[in-house]
Amino acid sequence: MPDTNIKMKMVIATLGLEVHWRGAVTVARLLRDCGVEVVFIGNAYPDEIIQVAMQEGADIVGVSSLTGGHLILGSELMEVASQKGIKDNVVFVIGGIFPPGDLPKLKEAGFDGTFGPEANGEVIYTFIKKAVSLKQKELPDI
Amino acid sequence: MKPTVSNLIDAMLKGDELSLSKLVSLLEQESEHAPEIIKAIYPHTGKSYRLGITGMPGAGKSTMVDQLVSIIRQNGLSAGVICADPSSPFTGGAILGDRIRMKRHFLDDRVFIRSMAARNSPGGLPRTTSDVIKLLDAYGKDIILIETVGAGQSDLDIMKSADTVVVVLVPEAGDTIQVIKAGLMEIADIFVVNKADHTGVEAMAEDIASFTRRKNQAPYEIPVLTTIATDNIGIDRLYEQIEKHRQFLLQSGQLNERRQQQWREEFEQLLESKVMGSVKDFVEKDAAVLDYLSQIDRGTIDPHAAMEGLINNRFMDAWLRKLSGSNNSNM
Repeated sequence: MPDTNIKMKMVIATLGLEVHWRGAVTVARLLRDCGVEVVFIGNAYPDEIIQVAMQEGADIVGVSSLTGGHLILGSELMEVASQKGIKDNVVFVIGGIFPPGDLPKLKEAGFDGTFGPEANGEVIYTFIKKAVSLKQKELPDI
Repeated sequence: MKPTVSNLIDAMLKGDELSLSKLVSLLEQESEHAPEIIKAIYPHTGKSYRLGITGMPGAGKSTMVDQLVSIIRQNGLSAGVICADPSSPFTGGAILGDRIRMKRHFLDDRVFIRSMAARNSPGGLPRTTSDVIKLLDAYGKDIILIETVGAGQSDLDIMKSADTVVVVLVPEAGDTIQVIKAGLMEIADIFVVNKADHTGVEAMAEDIASFTRRKNQAPYEIPVLTTIATDNIGIDRLYEQIEKHRQFLLQSGQLNERRQQQWREEFEQLLESKVMGSVKDFVEKDAAVLDYLSQIDRGTIDPHAAMEGLINNRFMDAWLRKLSGSNNSNM
């Protein structure tokens, strides 16, 4: 078993009232298989997700949205993240089904990455690993 | 400006939750700052009451913790929760799925919940749990609830970190034979048979009760409760029993005795792990050891004889010299 004490920790939630959970659960398992410690919280709203991310010391927050809530709740999530001061050192990714025109808007809202149904575990893992090391380049003196 | 560790500690002691969270991460990673952190917070510990919740996977521990936190909050107290889940032995990753049962407390600023993966610790709790508990204690949490991974019969780490241990079972857990097996059954201060709407609950409760009747030492009798945690049935009584146990420990002086025993064990464990770590290091490079190992491989010597050979060849001297930092070439 890998013997490092520094693991990546990720909070995964389905955004708002999103009823589709299979994607989020699948991604959680795939990332677990890559060595990530995943805090799976199911349905949650932006302020809850951010609060959990803060308490858990999350490196990454991943949310899942397939039924259209991504712009409104997604932006709200990034707003709260910014207010609470964690937007700059936590990686935020969103997965699900999005009209192509919305992808730039999600990036603009502050998401570091977006993933559609074609994404697989390795692609997501590689992305978040790189994103975490870039965002946390100034490792706390600490 | 980046905060230093002592900035974080000051902020945490003043009640800043994000600083608490960062310090927990440092301890969990076994950072080189860990001893410094523990030293700084130690004088502020000793005020929290630590409640351990253990039992088989699927017994309802998380749901029970959720209900207990509600009662704790109704009583105007603050709560810290540590929930442990197993790590994959193959990949090192984990799904931490306990706090999902505690959603109604996410936005309560007097409740701090932290999920921890067991990593490669075998006893039901991550190695760094007791350090994280100290942090929550110093932070000012009135009650700290520690939920172990779904435990079998030999995951007994919770004994080292809790004042009251609640063991949660379900009627399907098996017959009397299971009940009398050692370990989990012996560390309980309170037994709970959850999912009491399932068949077999009375039989199980009676089995446990007859077991505790034989064990009971007056004046404290180990209670056996039945609950349906999802429907919040029986949890009030559980809380009362916990309070009763706490009073008993305080009045009998056992609270301090138990804690002293735990501190001593913690020190011994640290000592052991430090010593073993350094022996392992040394052994991997020492020529005499490597020579004996290859004899063992070939079957020309048994492990006990090899050990005797090493000791006779002053292996211990060499290792002790290395340990005390003097320059030592391979034997």
